[in-house]
Amino acid sequence: MPSRPSPASARSPIALGALAATAVLVLSGCVPNAPAGGTSIAVDIRDDACEVETATAEAGTVVFSLSNTGSDVNEFEILADDGLRIVGEKENVVPGQTVDYAVQLEPGSYVTACKFRQVGEPVGRAAFTVTGEAVVRDADEQQLADEAVASYLAYLRSQVGELIPAVAEFAEAYAAGDDEKARELFAAARVPYERIEPTAEAFGDLDPSIDYREVDALAEGLDWTGFHRMEKDLWPPHAGDLNSDGADALLDWSPSTPEERRALADGLVADVDRLAQLVRADDFTLSVDDISNGAIGLLDEVAAGKITGEEDWWSHTDLSDFAANVQGARVAFGTVRELAETAGGAEAEQLTTRIDREFDALEALLAQYGDLDAGFTPYDQVDAAQRKELSDQVNALAEPLSQLTALVLGS
Amino acid sequence: MSTREARGPEGQSPEARGLSRRGLFGLAGVGAAGLALGGGAGVAAGAALASAGPAGASQYPFHGAHQAGVTTPAQDRLHFAAFDLAPDATADELRALLDAWTAAAARMTRGLPVGAGGAVDGPPSAPPDDTGEALDLPPAGLTITIGYGPTLFETADGVDRFGLAARRPAALTPLPRFSGDALRPEWTGGDLCIQACADDPQVAVHAVRNLTRIAFGTAVIRWSQLGFGRTSSTSTAQQTPRNLFGFKDGTANLKAEETRAIEENVWVAEGDDVAWMTGGSYLVARKIRMLIEGWDRTRLEEQEAVIGRDKRDGAPLSGGGEFTAPDLAVLPAASHVRLAHPDLNDGIRLLRRGYNYTDGTDELGRLDAGLFFLSFQRDPERFVRVQRSLAGHDALNEYLRHVGSAVFAVPPGVPEGGSYSDALFG
Repeated sequence: MPSRPSPASARSPIALGALAATAVLVLSGCVPNAPAGGTSIAVDIRDDACEVETATAEAGTVVFSLSNTGSDVNEFEILADDGLRIVGEKENVVPGQTVDYAVQLEPGSYVTACKFRQVGEPVGRAAFTVTGEAVVRDADEQQLADEAVASYLAYLRSQVGELIPAVAEFAEAYAAGDDEKARELFAAARVPYERIEPTAEAFGDLDPSIDYREVDALAEGLDWTGFHRMEKDLWPPHAGDLNSDGADALLDWSPSTPEERRALADGLVADVDRLAQLVRADDFTLSVDDISNGAIGLLDEVAAGKITGEEDWWSHTDLSDFAANVQGARVAFGTVRELAETAGGAEAEQLTTRIDREFDALEALLAQYGDLDAGFTPYDQVDAAQRKELSDQVNALAEPLSQLTALVLGS
Repeated sequence: MSTREARGPEGQSPEARGLSRRGLFGLAGVGAAGLALGGGAGVAAGAALASAGPAGASQYPFHGAHQAGVTTPAQDRLHFAAFDLAPDATADELRALLDAWTAAAARMTRGLPVGAGGAVDGPPSAPPDDTGEALDLPPAGLTITIGYGPTLFETADGVDRFGLAARRPAALTPLPRFSGDALRPEWTGGDLCIQACADDPQVAVHAVRNLTRIAFGTAVIRWSQLGFGRTSSTSTAQQTPRNLFGFKDGTANLKAEETRAIEENVWVAEGDDVAWMTGGSYLVARKIRMLIEGWDRTRLEEQEAVIGRDKRDGAPLSGGGEFTAPDLAVLPAASHVRLAHPDLNDGIRLLRRGYNYTDGTDELGRLDAGLFFLSFQRDPERFVRVQRSLAGHDALNEYLRHVGSAVFAVPPGVPEGGSYSDALFG
């Protein structure tokens, strides 16, 4: 790992202030007030629906008139066409309230959605198309950096919001001994976590508690808790099976008792809650190079753990983690892309084009094995030649992606 | 001259200082036709480059009529790599890769790091252009030799991926199957190859590592081989080394000083084949596993009879010293030296440049070792002729398994300011 101090403070031309202290985090092109005379698009927000009056708009300032006719607080989101990266959001729309939300949108494809109680999966996803000419932006690097950070913070919050209910359902099934249901939920419960793993890892003891594999916990003398201990209970080893380090899988291992299962389930839920609190804290922020290094770090996760099949040693759901890491990396890349192209000079656009192409190729390759909704081929059925093909494409992406931070910092 | 940075003139053109990795990616993305990446990269080539000076200080010119690493006095260490182009690679990307490799090879063979930022002079927020393990090391006689496999021009099922089928040398066809071959696909073939030879293994590995890194996204390693000790002399100034059977090997090898024989046997002459190969050669690589334990239990007189030479001095069993010509009528009929001799092979002499290798031990605890055979010849058919003579009859076969095989067209040298891609794409 890099031994240098973070270059953001020392070298970056972009002085990243304590953004969170400025209270209002501006997402991309957020404008505080609707322009006079503009027509607005009505959005009917209910607990289980998110109906946008028209699915198209002209590029420029687009105003949504949000009405919450549901029973509890809600949130309106505009997502990039990956359905993950947050282009704009309006939080805390309370029942009975109608509020205008204005956002600057470039031509392109978007997804609109709401988020009931501001957690969990977005509700009522719908395509939204913006047509017309691109708005000529005269944004300076500082502004782009601020927007990137605000967008990525919103994304992190949305992912912990999805993580909490997914983990709760999985943990409950596991604690209740409903192994079949827990096995079905295991891979999906990990997805939001795998998308933002570098952030969780930044909180020191959280990642070891949530996501350590048996061999790592053993090596560091930690109590083994979290996803992977539960995984081994759900896919128990047979006599003669080996751990990823070649040790007897049954050595010093026994199935967790019902009491232990309850404690492990509660512990995972509590850890995930703590992660959410940390990410949602007013004073939590990160820098643009944290975002770009996060993208690089997620690819390293794939190259180091997923390609080898060591991550999900018993469930063989490695490709789900793999896909989630790649999604998370692509969101982080998309978040800083405009900044990179502005700060990085002429070379930068060639590089970002290349990165895009290699992301496309990797996603296409992964799609041959399934998807996150329907599930992926178990990794023990992916042969050595196929693993090498995946590894080659990870390398093809990771090499140019490794240049991203220098571009973002304009160095 | 104690560090790599101190070597070679500074104050060159930006091209001479090398491309940054960012630049390379950009080029690979858009195609780099017409960009003279090698331009000025060989400023030092005209300087005195004799192998004088302290150990490791040898330096061989990168640019010239022929590629270095063929008649260059065989260095002690080898890292050889065969690459396949990525399934989605385009002709523009191949050209950009060859241009980037040219620039990197020209620098590394002068003891300079890859790229404008080198190992430590780039921005701290980016991975360095050069991986850095050769920092402070002299060039160590590094040569980098490139070759093109038959599949680069046309895949086994006849697909012309890069529009190169019409430029394929007629002589470049896959080697035929030989009696006793036990080839493994994972050690066989390849679209491209890089032979990196140096007197310091770290320098050779550094070269392949950095060229591999440059290739990510365009080409991937298919197989690679480290060789820890040369088994051939290619100059009369060199002592004959021993192979892992303990015998002097390559006594009768072609030597650089035999200029007429080199012209006759090694370099492709005008009119031999496609014009762009004139001044080039053909490289055959064979990974030959030695069954060491069995050999070591063989009595000395039988070992010598199998080889056809005396083990101590390397003299032929027909008498004389190491360099005495063998009397083929007297040598054991199935001895290796006799069957490989030019007199029994239409006068053909191969320029051998192989290396002893070991990949550690196998699952049975046996030494996993042997000879990584490399030979250069004017036409691969010459190798085929000699190997056919050996394959069915050589007494040595009992102790050998040919497990890997490849053939590559080795283009002529790159002139100053040129690129590998110039000859290939025309």
